[in-house]
Amino acid sequence: MSSKVPIRLSVNGRVRELDVEPRLLLVHLLRDQLGLTGTHVGCDTSNCGACTVHLDGEAVKSCTVLAVQADGTKVTTIEGLAHGDELHPLQEAFWEDHALQCGYCTPGMIMAAADLLARNPDPSEEEIRHGLEGNLCRCTGYHNIVKAVQDAAEVMHGSAVADRQEVSV
Amino acid sequence: MITAEFDYVAPGSLDGALHALADGGEDAKALAGGHSLLPLMKLRFAAPALLVDLRNVPGLRSIEQENGGWRIGALTRHADLQAREDLGVVAQAAALIADQQVRNRGTIGGSLAHGDPASDLPAVLLALEGAVTVRGRAGTREIAASDLFEDYLTTAIAAGEILTDVRIPALAGWGHAYEKFTRRAEDWAMVGVCALVRRADDGTCADVRVAFTNMGSTPLRATATEQALRGGPLDAESIGRAAEQAAEGTEPPADLNATADYKRHLARVLTRRALQQAAGT
Repeated sequence: MSSKVPIRLSVNGRVRELDVEPRLLLVHLLRDQLGLTGTHVGCDTSNCGACTVHLDGEAVKSCTVLAVQADGTKVTTIEGLAHGDELHPLQEAFWEDHALQCGYCTPGMIMAAADLLARNPDPSEEEIRHGLEGNLCRCTGYHNIVKAVQDAAEVMHGSAVADRQEVSV
Repeated sequence: MITAEFDYVAPGSLDGALHALADGGEDAKALAGGHSLLPLMKLRFAAPALLVDLRNVPGLRSIEQENGGWRIGALTRHADLQAREDLGVVAQAAALIADQQVRNRGTIGGSLAHGDPASDLPAVLLALEGAVTVRGRAGTREIAASDLFEDYLTTAIAAGEILTDVRIPALAGWGHAYEKFTRRAEDWAMVGVCALVRRADDGTCADVRVAFTNMGSTPLRATATEQALRGGPLDAESIGRAAEQAAEGTEPPADLNATADYKRHLARVLTRRALQQAAGT
């Protein structure tokens, strides 16, 4: 067997030090070793996006990242998105807008949407559809997902404006 | 899906990476973003015994102007390229690669060294008449795009060499376009076309380059189309006529999504669209 490799990474703000087999995928590290089962395995071929997490703030498909490649990075999963009991605006909007049915794609969809809104805080409908093309949903027809991202963008934009006003006072 | 077992190192210098690759011999592979290599390893189409991860090698992720052109470090990601409109057709094509998650990991050096004719950047490098710099233990050498792609997944980069930089000449005054047809947005191109056009002062075509993604075992230039346009008018009719010759001499591989004839049809249609966009007609 190939020798294990020591890695050190931050997962949802908590530093983890582990020895891992080189072929261990990040998604399996998160689910099987750290118990963070919110990140799902869908297609396992970097198509469906169900396994999307953030690596240093950017969305990646964790079925196509080796755990050893995540050494020294900050990983955020769906479990790390909320602030305590307060849901992230995207989580709130997915709930309010009924942007999920079976829910399998939802964690990845929300993590991809968070990357999209970080790049483009005020996206058009077309930009949202384009921005989420790496995530497949077989239930909703995407309509309510797009609506939820628009609503979350508005809430986040509103609070960003409020933050700026607070600073300027 | 789990890959076969392999050993893993992530050296902190290019020399360290070259040594590790040399020690690993033919069973060692360099790893950049991993978005070409890891899917093949998960399917067990590839089973290297050693992965030499380049992520700790300094200086490989950069976009710099040099001699009026660009020098792009091998580990520069598609997401870095897509955000740089001043890179012209490189940025335009990078934004169309797969999806944002893949673009956040995949790198220009990894894509070019992998040499998949269905990936987008090889055809773009060929049309731009760019080059790559590779470093081996014997020294550094430059490989022109026209010499780089030898066959399906086969490049002129030797075992033990590492692609470090991509060089793209300045193309001031050229119009550009990259057109791609896919079944789903995130899929590989059924066919892609990179078109570059330079107009003379009198409006005619001073120079033109057209290159294909996925029309053969390597990226290809559409020489008949280029010859038909060069020196002549650049109106819609001339472009339409030249585009009709786009698929001449090509033997595109049929796949699940498209027959060879359908790919030739796509090549003609996409060449016309790309040329019109690049010529601004």
